[in-house]
Order: sequence, then structure tokens, then C-alpha cells
Amino acid sequence: MEALVASLIGVLTAVGIYLMLRRRSFPLILGLTFLSYAVNLFLFASGRLTVNAAPIIGTADSYADPLPQALVLTAIVISFGMTAVLMIMAIGGHLEAGHDRLTLDHPDEDAPQDQPDDQKWDQP
Amino acid sequence: MSIALIAALPFLGALLPGLMIRAGRDACAAMTGAVTLLALILLATNAPTVLAGGTVETRIDWLPALGLNASFMLDGLGLLFAGLILGIGLLIILYARYYLAEADPMGQFFTYLLLFQGAMLGIVLSNNILLLLIFWELTSLSSFLLIGYWKHLPEGRQGARMALAVTGGGGLCLIAGMLILGGIVGSYDLTVILQNKDQIQASDWYLPALILILLGAFTKSAQFPFHFWLPHAMAAPTPVSAYLHSATMVKAGLFLMARLWPVLAGTPEWFWIVATTGLVTMVVAATIALFKDDLKAVLAFSTVSHLGMITMLLGFGTKAAATVAVFHIINHATFKAALFMTAGIVEHAAHTRNLRRLGGLRALMPITFTIALLAALAMAGIPPLNGFLSKELMLQEAALTVWLTPWAMGVLATTGAILSAGYSFRFLAGGFLGPVRDDYPHAPHDPGPGLWAAPALLAGLVVLIGLFPMVAAAWLVDVAASAVTGEAVRAKITLCPRLRRLWDATPRPEAKPIFDWVIEGLATATRAVTERLHDGSLSRAIALAVLAIAGAAGWAFLGGSHTAGTRALLAVEPAALAVWAVVMLAALALPFLHRNRLVALVLTGVVGLLIAPIFALFSAPDLALTQISVEVVTILLMLLALNFLPKSTPLESRPLRRLRDAGIAGIAGLGIGGLAWAMLTRAPAFEPISGFHLAQSKPGAGGTNAVNTIIVDFRGYDTFGEIIVLGIAALVIFALSETLLRSPVVTRRLASTPPQREDGDRHPIMLVVAARLLLPMAMMVGVYIYLRGHNMPGGGFVAGLVFAIAYLMQYLASGYVWSHGRQRYDHHVLIGWGVLVASLAGVGAWAFGLPFLTSGYDYFTIWPLDEFELATASIFDLGVFLCVLGAVLLALASLARLGLRTGEAANTRPFDIDPTGKDR
Repeated sequence: MEALVASLIGVLTAVGIYLMLRRRSFPLILGLTFLSYAVNLFLFASGRLTVNAAPIIGTADSYADPLPQALVLTAIVISFGMTAVLMIMAIGGHLEAGHDRLTLDHPDEDAPQDQPDDQKWDQP
Repeated sequence: MSIALIAALPFLGALLPGLMIRAGRDACAAMTGAVTLLALILLATNAPTVLAGGTVETRIDWLPALGLNASFMLDGLGLLFAGLILGIGLLIILYARYYLAEADPMGQFFTYLLLFQGAMLGIVLSNNILLLLIFWELTSLSSFLLIGYWKHLPEGRQGARMALAVTGGGGLCLIAGMLILGGIVGSYDLTVILQNKDQIQASDWYLPALILILLGAFTKSAQFPFHFWLPHAMAAPTPVSAYLHSATMVKAGLFLMARLWPVLAGTPEWFWIVATTGLVTMVVAATIALFKDDLKAVLAFSTVSHLGMITMLLGFGTKAAATVAVFHIINHATFKAALFMTAGIVEHAAHTRNLRRLGGLRALMPITFTIALLAALAMAGIPPLNGFLSKELMLQEAALTVWLTPWAMGVLATTGAILSAGYSFRFLAGGFLGPVRDDYPHAPHDPGPGLWAAPALLAGLVVLIGLFPMVAAAWLVDVAASAVTGEAVRAKITLCPRLRRLWDATPRPEAKPIFDWVIEGLATATRAVTERLHDGSLSRAIALAVLAIAGAAGWAFLGGSHTAGTRALLAVEPAALAVWAVVMLAALALPFLHRNRLVALVLTGVVGLLIAPIFALFSAPDLALTQISVEVVTILLMLLALNFLPKSTPLESRPLRRLRDAGIAGIAGLGIGGLAWAMLTRAPAFEPISGFHLAQSKPGAGGTNAVNTIIVDFRGYDTFGEIIVLGIAALVIFALSETLLRSPVVTRRLASTPPQREDGDRHPIMLVVAARLLLPMAMMVGVYIYLRGHNMPGGGFVAGLVFAIAYLMQYLASGYVWSHGRQRYDHHVLIGWGVLVASLAGVGAWAFGLPFLTSGYDYFTIWPLDEFELATASIFDLGVFLCVLGAVLLALASLARLGLRTGEAANTRPFDIDPTGKDR
């Protein structure tokens, strides 16, 4: 079971970082979401894994560690707030600049020059 | 308490000038003056104790175990400096009221001035050296604001930056030195440190501490070779020069040396470093001052010279010399502040400060001349003014001191004193004596009493202090002063041209180009590094950061030895394996399919929702509930956002680069996964503190759900902060969407967004009906989840999210305009109420004499219900609920408002077709 969770955390992190390395805002936000999944699971796992031991007093003989759970619970809600702020920033950037690229200038030389959505805005 | 209040008053009062400026300039200045006066009165009420030989202390413990406390002390030295800061501060406020032009923002000026005043008072009243350091840095920052007050002048900005770089750099050295000092003694309390002279001077760390502390003091008090920032800081408005650069801030370094004099002085190291620096500064600066043409530059270098003299006196390490140093601090503050103010008056009247363009002002500005005469003669050391007394005593001390040879110190000190008489006479002669000219840039005349009252008062003090021991000599003042001035001036005028040519021909390093060169070099170097690492491409920066972290972690991992974990593992369950397989599949498919953004969103939703059963399986039902509801809200948010973003991500990188990115991501994933595996296969290194929470959940917080009691009770303060952060995030989203809606470019682009609807039903009737039916049921579930939260899985966070989803369903079904029109209260208000209710639940504990957020609970029976429990923590949870609900709705509604501008007609009816058929 532990191996499943550890591999899941690893894969979620890798996918998150791969998406964050894309050059557009939307994949970046998806990547951050994946990274938050991974971080939340990791934090949760720091209480170690237990089954049938929900920390409700009087329902079991031993209980799962409640502290990481409480921390992760607020972290989940906060990461929603963060995602929402990033989203409005991405929308704002796209509407203001006419594209959603994250690179400031000098487009990478090995980039194929097909960026059809960029010019769409400026047509009358 | 009153001592801490003296230091706190200017900080509190700093809020007032900005407000009072709306009531006019007089009200603004009067309010600033009132704050200062109040602090001065407070100081005066404590003065009798200090004058009788006692000290007044105030101590507020914060983290006593770390030596952190707000501890204040008023002794003789503190009283002298606090009196100077507040007394001269009052005069400066009066002067500045009439000095500042109509166009200058006066409220800003007085706010900065009060901030500076508070920081200065903090330095001289601190009884804890860590506290002193904080105030020390605050003076550097507030003086930066004051020097750069005229933001349109490049000299002002450059001078401010130079002052901050030099004094701030010295401040860093001082922090290190003070920490060493505290480490030697084992306490950061000044009173304790001052009692441990032998321990400090015997320590191996004495010399490093001494050098670092002196670096801080020398940079602040403009001692050679750090003197160059002070003349450039003269680009500040004259009240600032008079206040900061003559009377108070530059004396902070002297104060520090005087303050630590009992424990640091008396060693050969102290004598050689301090006395030599002081002596060199005194002579060098006096020489430069003699050849400056700008009135304020003459005064600036003379200030440096006088500061050097006081430093030198402190460096002698004898009690008599230190007494003279303190005496001269008073005298210098009085005459130099008066001189700066007269320089300001001259500039005001004649529109120039250049000595070559001035002269003959004696007849045109008799009042200003009288003030300048008294103050300048005191600076020259002419009896019976106060400058004479201290300079005389200084020479006496210098003559008794052996430095290299028995006579060298005496000769050099006398040279410095003569030079200081020289530049004082040049100030007078160049500015006021000589024939009246007819080519002043502006016709000079005496200003109103508002401008000259403050320097006149100081000049009066100059005379009074000088006369105090020998009142009978009063009749000598006029005769002696004018006679000596006349003679000396004639001698100087004949000497001047030849000396001048010599001076101009002598090569000497100019500090500013060197400073600029050093700063430029540093800036170029840092820019080169930054531009290589961070060239404007976010993906490059992220890749570098990930690699750096992975590298550091790998280095740490390979540096140690490792054994396999021994913790017993759980057996794999088939259901868990199935969930794992689906999540893995969805996650691994994403890199290949992510360019279709809708597909990417679906896959993200699959992963996010399936994490909930994982939480549920591993005994975290609360997390499972939260994860499900947050995931729903997040997906709704992203769907909404996708309306305004391109629907696909173009292929922008070549396969090689994608392979490289996959490699980086793989390294990070392997690292984190490996770390998780290492953690899960081992028992915790330390016993978790959760045992306490589990044991106290029922008896302490009155709830059986340990996760909920931690959130609303044990760590309620964290939660309080978190709901505020969430509320702020929602308000930021609202503010950003407002800004976007106001931008013409954005509204034009929104209006030209091509329609994205491919089917005909905007608001299908089935969805509308279902959403309406679900609303009350969902709300009931929400209330239930909220109520059971303290004892069973649930609570304010989940309940808020459930409510939010129920409302969002209405928005989805019937559109923004229709749904929003039926809402009776604003989302902002909900957030506000949430925070308010949560803080009331916390503050309520005060009524019972308990700390913030202490919760209580009891059992009640209300017929016909069973006995049930009421806890104050559930009031707090109500606040959490309201805040989460408001924040989620505000975030999504703000995004939805953007959609109103896309050109699609807003719906005013709940659904597309009218079932009554009237439309047809």
C-alpha cells in the first residue's frame, strides 16, 4: 500500500512539473494543481498510513494522526484560493496582451512559428 | 509604561499628518507639533527621577526564552538625547511649516519626520540591544525617505540611495557585532551587558565585536572614510539637514559609542581605533569645509569635523574626555541646527547658497545675520559662547593625551580647532559681510518670524549656555564678537586666493565617483548573474529552480549512508489498487493529451476526485469530504476560466526540449516519490504531538472529531489566519476583475470573443428544475455537516463548500444575471461577517479573562430535544463557514462578470423556453 501512495506522489509531482515547464499559463496552473495534490498527499502521508482508524474519539482502539489531516484540510481550501487568483491573472494577461505565453521576450529559436491564436484578437 | 509610550507616540502620531493635511497646512503642522510636545511632556514627567540619579524602566516580555522583549530604559544619556530629539524636533516642525513650498506634499513630510523621530527615540530609550537594532535600521529607512523627499531632484534620489547604502551596510555590521556582544554576555539586556565589562574585554571575541560595532557607529556618524555620504545627503530639504544631519541621526553613532563606552572603552584597541578615526575625521573634514562654496556643504563638512572631534574625545577613554564629548554634543546640536536653518533662510531669500554669489547680507537681513553671527561664533569657539567652553575643554584633554608622540595629538587637535574657526569666519564673511551686491538671483530680505523663531531660540540657547557659568561677561558679547570677526575675516580674505589655487591643484580622491563606480560594478555583476538565470522565460526559471533543489537534495542524500526502512507495511487491497491504476493512468495521460485543454481539465478532475477515496481509505474522512467539494468548485472555476482563454495549447517546443523537460520532471518525481517511500517505511523520528490532541479532544475541546477540534480549537489561530487569507484572495480576484473590466483593450477583446456555444440550450429546463429542487436539500446537508462537525466528519469548511456548490448550481442553471439578481446579500459582506464572527468568538474569551480564542463548552437540554452540547468553537466554525462561502462565491462570480461583456445577451429569465407558452 505504501508503495502505491509513494509512487502516486512521485507521478503527480512529475506530471505537475512537466506541465509547469510548458510556456502557456493554463498548463502552468494545471501543473500547480497537480503539484498541490502531490504536496497534500505527502503532508498527509507524514502521519503514516493507517486504515480503519479515523480520528473520531470512541470509534476505534488506535487513531490516525489527526494533525497532518487538519493541516492538509486547510491547505486544500487555500490551494483553491491560490488557483483562483492565478486563473484571474492568467485571464487578465491573456486579455491584456492578446496571448497567454509566459515568456517575456525573445521567443525560443527552436519554437515552430505556428501560433495562430495570437493574431486572432487583432482582426477587426 | 510611559517610557515605551514616549517611543510609541511618534509612530502612532505618524498617521495624523496625512489626515490633517486635508484641514490645511497649519492644522497639519500643529498636529505634528502636538504629538511631539506630548512626548516631550511625558519625558519631562520622568525627568525628575533621572535627574535625581535614578533610571526609569518599562519591560514588556515577548519571548523571554530567546532574549526577545520590548524593554525600555531612561537614564541620563537617554534623557539628554530624547530631550534633544524632541526639543529640536519641535523647532524643526515650526521651521518646516514655513519652509516647505505650497507645492510640496506637507502631510508626507511630517509623516516621514514623525517616523524618524520615533525610530530615534527608540534607539536612545531601548534597553534591549536587539530592539535597538530594529530602531537603528528604522532610522536608516526613514532618513532615506526624508533625504529623497524631493523625488524630482536626481541629487536627492542619489543622495538618499548613497546614505541608505552606507548606513544600511554599517547597520548590518552592527547587527553582527551586537549579536557577538550578546553572545559573550549571554544576555541582550543593555543593563546586564553594561555590568560585565571584564568579561567582555577578556573575551577572544572582543576585537571582532568592537570592530563591527564601530563600523556601524562610524558609518552612521559619518566618520572618515565613510564621511562622504553626509554632504550628498544635503540634497534634502533644509529642515531635514538641520534635524537629521546635525542634531540627531548622525549623533546616533556617537550615542552608541557613548552608550557602550562603559564596557568597550579603556582598552588600547578602543583608543587607537576610535581616537585616531576621530582625529583624522576632524582635521580632514575641517580642511575640506574651508574650501567649499556651498553654504550647506560648508556646514556638512563642519558637521563631519565636529562629529570627529566628539568621536576622538570618546576615544580617549577617560571620564573627563567623555564628559566633554557629551557637553559638546549639546553645544553642537544647538549652534549647528541654528546654522542650517539660517542657511535655509538665506537660500529662501536669495535663491542661492553659493558663497561666491552672496555677501553683504548683514544690512539686508539683520535678524538672520544676528542669529548666524551668534551660532557661527559659537562654532568657531569664540568666548563666551557655548562652543568656546567645549572646545577649550577638548584642547585641554587633547594636550594631555599621548598619541604617537606626547605633542602630536595636541598639535593636530589645535590645527582642527583653528580650521574650524576658519570655516566659521568664511561662512560669516562670504555670506553676510562685505558690500551689498546688486546681482543676487533674488532680492534678499528677512523672512517672517515663522522661519527665524526656531533658529533664534537656538541662538539664545547658545548664548545662555555660554554665559551660564559667567553671567558677568555678558557685556563683552557684542564688542568682542564683532572685533574678532572683522580682524579674522580680513586675514582670511588675503590668504584665500593663493590657498585656493593650491587646494584646487592638489589631486585628491572624490568619494562620489568611487562610490558610483563600486555600486555600478556590483549592479553590473548582479545583473549579469540574474539575466543568465532569469531571462524572462518562466519555464527556464522553474527548470533551474527544480534542478537546483534536486541537486541539493541529491548531494545531501549521497553524502550519508542509508538502510532500508523497517516499518511494517499495509497489505494491498484490490479496490485501492483499482483506484491507484485509474489515477496513474489519468495523470500519465495528461502530458500527452494536455494540448486539448478541455481534455486536460477532465483528466485533472478525474485525478482530483479520486484522491478523495484515497483519503477516505486511509482514515481521513474529513479530508475526503473537503477534497470532493473543493475539487467540484475548482473544476467549475477552471471551466469558467477556459471561456476566456484559448481552448488549446499550441505545440511550441521540439521533441528534444520536451524530452529534456520530461527528464527534469522525472528527476523531481523520483526524488519526491523516493522521499515519500523513505518516510512511509520508517517510524517518525520523534514522537508526534498528536497524542496530546487525541487525549484532549474530548475533555479539552468538547468534541470527538480530533481533526475538527484541532482546526477550530487547538490551532484555531492558524485557521483564523487561513480564512483571512482566503477572504483576501477572493477580494484580490474581485479587484483584478474590476480592473480588467475598466480597461478598454480588455472590453474590446471580450466583446469580439467568438461565440463558443455549439448547441442551442443555454439554460436547459431540466437542469434548472433539478438545481432548484436540489438547493434546499443541499443546504440542509450543509447545515447537517456543519452541526455534526465537532464530533463527526464535517465542519465549517466542508459546509461552506457544500453551500457554495448549491448556489453555483443556480448560476450554472439560470445564468449570472438572473441568479445574482435574486441574491439579497453581497459576497463581500459574507466574507466580512465570517471574519467578524470568528474574531468575536476569539475575543469573547477575553470577557472571561482567558486568552484569545480559548473555547468553552457546556451541555444544555431544550425540550423536546435530547441533551446536547454547545461549544464556543462552533461559533468560530460559523465564521469559517461564512468566510469560505463568501470567498468561493465571490471568486467565481467575479470571473462570471467578465462573461457579461462577451456580447451575448444576458438572460433575464430562469430558462430558455417559457413553459407557459406566452412567448410563442
